[in-house]
Amino acid sequence: MRRASAVLLLAAAASLLAAAPAPAAGASLTDIEDEVMCPVCGTLLELSEAPQAERERVFIRRLIADGQSKQQIKDALVAEYGPGVLATPRGSGFDLTAYLVPVAAFVLAAIAIALAVRRWRLRPEPAPGPAPSSEEAERLDSDIARYDL
Amino acid sequence: MNARSFAVLIAVLALVGLLGFGLLSKGSANIDVGEPVPDGALPQLDGSGSGEIADYRGRWVLVNFWASWCQPCRAESPALERFHRRYRGEGLTVLGIDTRDLSDDGRAFVERYGISYPQLRDGDGDRSRDFGTTGLPESFLVDPRGRLALLRRGPVDDSYLHRYVAPLLRTEHAPG
Repeated sequence: MRRASAVLLLAAAASLLAAAPAPAAGASLTDIEDEVMCPVCGTLLELSEAPQAERERVFIRRLIADGQSKQQIKDALVAEYGPGVLATPRGSGFDLTAYLVPVAAFVLAAIAIALAVRRWRLRPEPAPGPAPSSEEAERLDSDIARYDL
Repeated sequence: MNARSFAVLIAVLALVGLLGFGLLSKGSANIDVGEPVPDGALPQLDGSGSGEIADYRGRWVLVNFWASWCQPCRAESPALERFHRRYRGEGLTVLGIDTRDLSDDGRAFVERYGISYPQLRDGDGDRSRDFGTTGLPESFLVDPRGRLALLRRGPVDDSYLHRYVAPLLRTEHAPG
């Protein structure tokens, strides 16, 4: 009973922590660089040393100095370079397929596995084979006796 | 074909179609001399509205794709400015398109190099891809009917502009 109460208390504390708003964290260049692209190079910004990438970093640093949040900075980058600057797909339009296709594939695979297991369980038991002949029975007995089983 | 095989076939075709659409939508276009050039409204670099190549229909338009971070673009901009000033009274407009660039950087570039010809902004690079550009800078001479007359991959200079572009302005497509 005491253990169950402790578990309940822990669960309640965890749910309270999860529901509490996350503390506002200051944006950093390293935190943003791996979530946006260098539009000219077609690579993550953190991997690029191209002149355009350097200007993009200057732009991000300036917005960080202005106190803008990570989301505000990403929005500003989208306003400058379009949605293609984001390394992660948006949650709308065609980009939504990037999220929906894996989920749909997982659901379809789970259904296929469930159907296969069901079919395997409903499979009729194989019919027993013919009884051993007297010669085979004698040989089996002698083998068992030889191994002292 | 039973219902199950048909469903699997449809699922496979849908997946292939999805992948194909994704690949095609990322591909780049290309245009040849004589073909109509891609067009559509783009924002003005100075933020004063929008514009497009068709706004200059009836004139020759030298469309120049550039960016402030592009070194050769800096080198060619004085020649483009001189050419624009020299031929604007003879039916030519140089039209700059600042592509995949920060708008503040683009505006600072225009001010620094004293560029007076009109400037549009192609922040996401879509228009640049529609033209099939392979780098920066690139220039496309569009005739008065909106068809490509000449393209230059790489920077232009006075010599190139006067030797290859200027003679075309006096051909049969020149505005009357």
